[in-house]
Amino acid sequence: MDQINTQIKSTPFRGRGGLSKRIIPCLDVKEGRTVKGVNFVDLRDAGDPVELAWNYSRQGADELVFLDITATVERRKTMVELVKSVARQINIPFTIGGGINEIADADALLNAGADKISINSAAVRNPALIDELAKAFGVQFVVIAVDTRSIGNKNIVHLNGGRLPTERETLEWILEAESRGAGEILLTSMDHDGTKNGFDNGLLKIVNDAVHIPVIASGGAGAVQHFVDVFEKTNVDAALAASVFHYGEILIPDLKAVLKSNNIEVRI
Amino acid sequence: MAPPSGGGGGVGIIRYGAGNIFSLTAALERLGIPYGMINSEADFEKFDRYIIPGVGHAGAAMHKLEQTGLVPTIKALTKPTLGICVGMQLLTSYSEEGDSDLLSIFPIKTLKFKESNTYKVPHTGWNQIFPEKENPLFKNIPSGSHFYFVHSYFIEYDKAYTLSSATYNNEFSASIWHDNFYGVQFHPEKSGVYGETLLTNFSKL
Repeated sequence: MDQINTQIKSTPFRGRGGLSKRIIPCLDVKEGRTVKGVNFVDLRDAGDPVELAWNYSRQGADELVFLDITATVERRKTMVELVKSVARQINIPFTIGGGINEIADADALLNAGADKISINSAAVRNPALIDELAKAFGVQFVVIAVDTRSIGNKNIVHLNGGRLPTERETLEWILEAESRGAGEILLTSMDHDGTKNGFDNGLLKIVNDAVHIPVIASGGAGAVQHFVDVFEKTNVDAALAASVFHYGEILIPDLKAVLKSNNIEVRI
Repeated sequence: MAPPSGGGGGVGIIRYGAGNIFSLTAALERLGIPYGMINSEADFEKFDRYIIPGVGHAGAAMHKLEQTGLVPTIKALTKPTLGICVGMQLLTSYSEEGDSDLLSIFPIKTLKFKESNTYKVPHTGWNQIFPEKENPLFKNIPSGSHFYFVHSYFIEYDKAYTLSSATYNNEFSASIWHDNFYGVQFHPEKSGVYGETLLTNFSKL
């Protein structure tokens, strides 16, 4: 009976037809090890991305994103090894991003068990790469990550972790990416990232209303209420965060309980 | 990868070149379910149940399956057989994807989701499923549990064949069942603990 009530209560605005809003921890990885500080109590090895990922899946994370910042010539090999170990151990979907430049990178990661790849700079520099990836692997495999920062009264796509502005206006780039075959948009506001003052709900709503593919909000999460706000105000499909989860400032079961009490559809 | 088990409850994964199966075999390994690959007709007798995997374009997948020459054997299977995602859609009679005729083990159709701002396509993420019939495939899985979906085409709801339903814009078949044939639209290998329970249940059918 509770389930029926939940279904009736879930209006299109609060998680359509039972589809849950996703909570996604993001892990930065370098040469096979997590780099940002992690403050989990029960971890034997906080630098082991697989153990951390397993822990998150047990807590109720809906999906994981691994951002590989390895810069050596062995990069593809270390990413493939990471993806294989994650796919062997973890029973939820995950995305891998970082330095994916060509079809061969994507092919190797797919065969290693990645559910999705996230492309950022390479897509801005060569937008046709999106078409090629979507055609080769399907749109569901292709996440386009967009780092945005406001300059004047415009939102501008940035590269290199927000340091390098491009010529591209953010919404216009996202619409082009969608038309070329992006299956999902991971939108990080560099103005909000690290502030812990909440997501960039204004821009996220504009983007979410303009596209027909899922949008993942990123940048600015500092409190449970910020997740409630981003889902209620923008209706994005997922919210991503790193440090609030890694340092245990927000525990996923607590977060989901609050979302559920606000009638936001979540997987518990 | 584990060696073929040679019967004894093993799962034969039908190989026809449609999609990656690393995550599926990884899940079977974690669960201690013996498995092996089916590349030819002679491989079928080595196993007690079968999985038809598949991602991508249903019409293209059907074309690849036909090229293996295994279609008549698959249609005549009497042991438990589970299609996953596009592998499930292949069991139906027709898909709007590529206007394709399929295996026709189930006389129902695979249709495209209507796209809108409210209902984005592909339907991506965790959605609730509601079993409509008693079946050991869903043993120890509560009604309303979440499973992970990624698909743009769905199998129409049908009272006779829908084993569990889900809703996204419209009600559709999250799983289907007819005799020894089963299909699941979601990815059990990516659906957390309940997905693993379903795979374990299948290994005991």
